[in-house]
Amino acid sequence: MNDNAPVLSIRGLTLALPKGADRDYAVEEVSYDVARGEIMCVVGESGSGKSMAANAVMGLLPKGVRATAGEVLFDGQDLLALTEKQHRKLRGLRIGMIFQEPMTALNPLMRVGAQIAEVFEAHGKFTSKERQQRALALLEEVGIPEPDKAIRAYPFQLSGGQRQRVMIAMALALEPELLIADEPTTALDVTTQAQILELIRDLQQRRGMAVMFITHDFGVVAEVATRVCVMRYGRVVELGTAQEVLENPRHEYTRALLEAIPSNIIPDAVAQERPAPLLEVRNLNKVFRSRGGLFKPAREVRALDDVSFTLAPGETVGIVGESGSGKSTLGRCVVRLERPDSGSLSLSGTDFSALKGDELRRERRRVQMIFQDPYASLNPRHRVGYAIAQGPMANGVARRQAMQQAEELLELVGLGAVAVDRYPHEFSGGQRQRIGIARALALNPELIVADEAVSALDVSIQAQVLELLEELKQKLSLSLLFITHDLRVAAQICDSIIVMQHGRIVEQGTAQEVLLRPREAYTRQLLDAIPGRAHEAAMA
Amino acid sequence: MLYARLIVMRLLKAVVVLFLIVIFNFFLIQMAPGDPAAILAGEAGATDEEFLRQLRERFGLDQPIYVQLWRYVSGIAMLDFGWSYRQGMPVLDLILARLPATLLLTGTAFVLSLALGIVAGSMAAARVKKPSGSIIMALALLFYATPLFWVALMAVVLFSVFLGWLPAYGMYTVGAGHTGFALVLDVAKHLILPATTLALFFMAIYTRMTRASMLEASQQDYVKTARAKGLAPGVIQRRHILRNALLPIITLAGLQAGQMVGGAILTETVFAWPGIGRLMFEALQQRDYNLLLGIFFFSAALVIVFNIITDLVYRLADPRIKEAS
Repeated sequence: MNDNAPVLSIRGLTLALPKGADRDYAVEEVSYDVARGEIMCVVGESGSGKSMAANAVMGLLPKGVRATAGEVLFDGQDLLALTEKQHRKLRGLRIGMIFQEPMTALNPLMRVGAQIAEVFEAHGKFTSKERQQRALALLEEVGIPEPDKAIRAYPFQLSGGQRQRVMIAMALALEPELLIADEPTTALDVTTQAQILELIRDLQQRRGMAVMFITHDFGVVAEVATRVCVMRYGRVVELGTAQEVLENPRHEYTRALLEAIPSNIIPDAVAQERPAPLLEVRNLNKVFRSRGGLFKPAREVRALDDVSFTLAPGETVGIVGESGSGKSTLGRCVVRLERPDSGSLSLSGTDFSALKGDELRRERRRVQMIFQDPYASLNPRHRVGYAIAQGPMANGVARRQAMQQAEELLELVGLGAVAVDRYPHEFSGGQRQRIGIARALALNPELIVADEAVSALDVSIQAQVLELLEELKQKLSLSLLFITHDLRVAAQICDSIIVMQHGRIVEQGTAQEVLLRPREAYTRQLLDAIPGRAHEAAMA
Repeated sequence: MLYARLIVMRLLKAVVVLFLIVIFNFFLIQMAPGDPAAILAGEAGATDEEFLRQLRERFGLDQPIYVQLWRYVSGIAMLDFGWSYRQGMPVLDLILARLPATLLLTGTAFVLSLALGIVAGSMAAARVKKPSGSIIMALALLFYATPLFWVALMAVVLFSVFLGWLPAYGMYTVGAGHTGFALVLDVAKHLILPATTLALFFMAIYTRMTRASMLEASQQDYVKTARAKGLAPGVIQRRHILRNALLPIITLAGLQAGQMVGGAILTETVFAWPGIGRLMFEALQQRDYNLLLGIFFFSAALVIVFNIITDLVYRLADPRIKEAS
């Protein structure tokens, strides 16, 4: 352990929410320390207030939220007592921060180098030439390939992982004593996540910083934490060293969170006689071409390269891969949002990929999709009931009947029939995903394609939605094509798993075979990248 | 250079579009009721058939339509826009004589409305929920809703008639014989009222749009990142929020710029400004079709040019566009 004096010390902090919020306080009497050379993980689900204390430290509290009690001591001074101007001098200089969304956290119109140089400029350090040199050195330090090119790149030209590295470079530019990382890897896929975690740990040790690491993922906690603070409804429920909390959780909520991690417990292989397949995909190919310009050659991306598999009625097949592996394109081809270049796709005998016009419109109902983003996939101006009834109505069901059916479906997915008259923004993420499921079910499909359907949700909500899917599948004798980047989730729900990379199927087999006895190096690599694996193995 | 190639491609397309516009306009005018020769003859007081026949022959109106079209299109290809029967002058000369006055007026109004609108909009965005911000927005709404000619007339009443600060009409003091700097000053004085009047409406639109756009941009994650760097509020406002908020403004400015030839009829009429707008109005009343066609051509050409310019500016402002095309 570390006997250094704490860099940051939060004492009895209470933050009041504006009137009309769903509770009075964002956090209540929260106390914890972050010491030099340690990674303090603040864990909780969305709405637990885990990010709020960090915002108070940065002086970036949302409008209307204010501190009513307690103190935040940084290097002996109370940050809550600072004026905005004094606080600004600390930000970026002595306290750095990384955010969750690398896709939106960088200014899209500014070059990466300029955005890093801005940190020096904000604190009046160095000449503009030195700023560029230092930006380059930082990019090198955070391991961006070809830093001399990256420094002139715009954010959209970098991948998610690279952007997060840029964010880290920015946060570390002035060698702050405290780094706050707010869900820095949540939006990344497993292998990138593993790399970024490695980078943060590495930099933290090299520079001896104090790190406050906010996450909802206990797997990540097991990877990086020195100490852990578990939060719920704005209060600290458990505080201790990583070992204590992970191995002997005292509070029942911590235990519940630990149990909700999709585990590697693999369903028993069911002796299956293979009935005639519901979906048969044969030699599917799809190439995306970008037109070339004067200076750059036309680019070809093989999204699907000779993909074949079958899915039996009642089966759940998981498609696992990193972003860019072609897994989403495959899903979109199956629901015919995308047309494959060649190959066939047959649905209990009918060639689904050859259908056109009216015939396609009639058959479409048999395959429905649940999308990743429960926020973006519902029209904010349509009432939930209408959003669900739209599909059946387009297929000729009378309005009254379709609305009645929508009520029944909402009941079925556990939201209650009253939900029909409400708008999507009135629901939480998990509830919206239930609406998405009800919408997919409205057309009475035989096959449901779920594209990262639970990736945006908290672990405990994830577990609930997966449970619901499993239950509905049994009740309505559905088949499921489950697309995910998260092997842990796949392990929980899938009968068989297909691993994809660069548009090709790398490995396929029953969930047990793939997860316990992976044949391919790439599958093993994916499995090794899962955060918290070592811990889990130790616990088993 | 990427831009050179792009410009060439766009210009080639523009020529095709212009050609189609010329043909379309030609038939549009053909369909208009009334025989120009009859009107001309009527105003001259002569109505006998022989005179009409002579007029038609002189202007080629007796030829079949396709011959007339061919003559017209091939004429334009050589920058010959025909003859204005009414003014007794070549159309091109008439337009070129009036074009500078209009471009001066509309150009000034354009720059004025854009600059003031963006400044006012940024101020309103920075003072959201404060009285000063609300005052800016109330003014913008007022200018947006008030008819242009009424503002123009009231401005004349106040500044020319009542206060006597500014001239009420025209482009320069007739008979003063100013030259050099004195002339510039004289024109500038005459320009103030019409240009401001014309600018108000668009200024109001830019103000509202800039404010809305900036408020949206200020919610974005990169603004939080900028604050986390410890940047001063002014820098964040300019470099991060305003730059991102300007993208939709560019689109709108391109639309306004395209209206620079034909969009000032009302203002030019009220202030007796010797520009294209008034020329067009007169041509319309007098059925001076060749002149009308000529003006249509020029305003179409200007719209196309400003479309190209807008696209280029947009590319400069947003690096993501280059990649997509």
